[in-house]
Amino acid sequence: MFTQYKSWRPYISPFDPCKPIEVKYYATPPQLYMGFQPPGLPQFPTAREALMAGTLWPQLFSPYPFPLKGGRKHD
Amino acid sequence: MWYYEKKLQYPVKVSTCNPMLAKFLIEQYGGADGELAAALRYMNQRYTIPDKVVGLLTDIATEEFSHLEMIATMIYKLTKDATPEMLKEAGLGDHYVNHDRALFYQNASGVPFTATYIQAKGDPIADLYEDIAAEEKARATYQWIIDLSDDTDLNDSLKFLREREIVHSQRFREAVEILKDDRDQKKVF
Amino acid sequence: MTKKMPPEFYKQLEEIQAIDFVIVELNLYLDTHPHDYDAIQQFNENTEKSMKLKIDFEQKYGPLMNFGRSYSNYPFNWIDTPWPWQV
Repeated sequence: MFTQYKSWRPYISPFDPCKPIEVKYYATPPQLYMGFQPPGLPQFPTAREALMAGTLWPQLFSPYPFPLKGGRKHD
Repeated sequence: MWYYEKKLQYPVKVSTCNPMLAKFLIEQYGGADGELAAALRYMNQRYTIPDKVVGLLTDIATEEFSHLEMIATMIYKLTKDATPEMLKEAGLGDHYVNHDRALFYQNASGVPFTATYIQAKGDPIADLYEDIAAEEKARATYQWIIDLSDDTDLNDSLKFLREREIVHSQRFREAVEILKDDRDQKKVF
Repeated sequence: MTKKMPPEFYKQLEEIQAIDFVIVELNLYLDTHPHDYDAIQQFNENTEKSMKLKIDFEQKYGPLMNFGRSYSNYPFNWIDTPWPWQV
């Protein structure tokens, strides 16, 4: 399944001073995959939705923060 | 020339008086990967880049100025009615001593803006790769600011700005493809 | 001094921001896709919509643009608050 985030498991030493974060995440947003944008991509149905998303095309939309990332939870 | 329009590109709302967030946001005001650096970088590169991508550089540079205005609005709202005591607690005591509540082109650590942030190599591919990198770095900076902020209204505007970095990166990647393409060359020779 | 903008001001402003955003997106897209006929048509349609919204907005709340891109009332109301960062 495609996600806009990838994960990795850093090496954990028994001598690491902080509680280890076992899985770390990084963003791989859509512009890394789209290539030259094809014409006629589906658009958000209203101008307001496009404004709220920050793009006219859902395929270029990248949510943040992503749910699995450690730390504070939003929304 | 430019005309000013008396509106923000996207509504900016701030729900809590939290000057600490202003301190973080200054990174995107006068920092290396901030909106001022971006606007000036693209505006400056357009004079020596192939004509085909000048329109794009002009338009993205212009949009960056509207993002600079959004960041300024956030900082203004977060500090406007904060007392000197509150600013001190937020780590803005040294800022207050120098500038009161005036905005200043500096990064989150107080380093003043410098022209060395604005790369211009004159090689179109080098410059556009620089621009793509700048957009990705600005996107990352927005991520880290959102991570530190629990102001949902502010984060809404920051998510918009993060998404714009993605779209700009997409367009700069397309600009590279346009310059790589040899369709025009066949006509010339 | 304690002027307060009515809810319709915010509503109409956001409508303009939304249309103008679509125009910005299409503009950047067309910068790299100058032959996309449909996108140009959409760009032109939205430009017209935006101009209409702004005529209405400016009649109620004053000029949006400087240097002769908007008309002025008497006294010169370009200088009136609120500025965008104050809104």
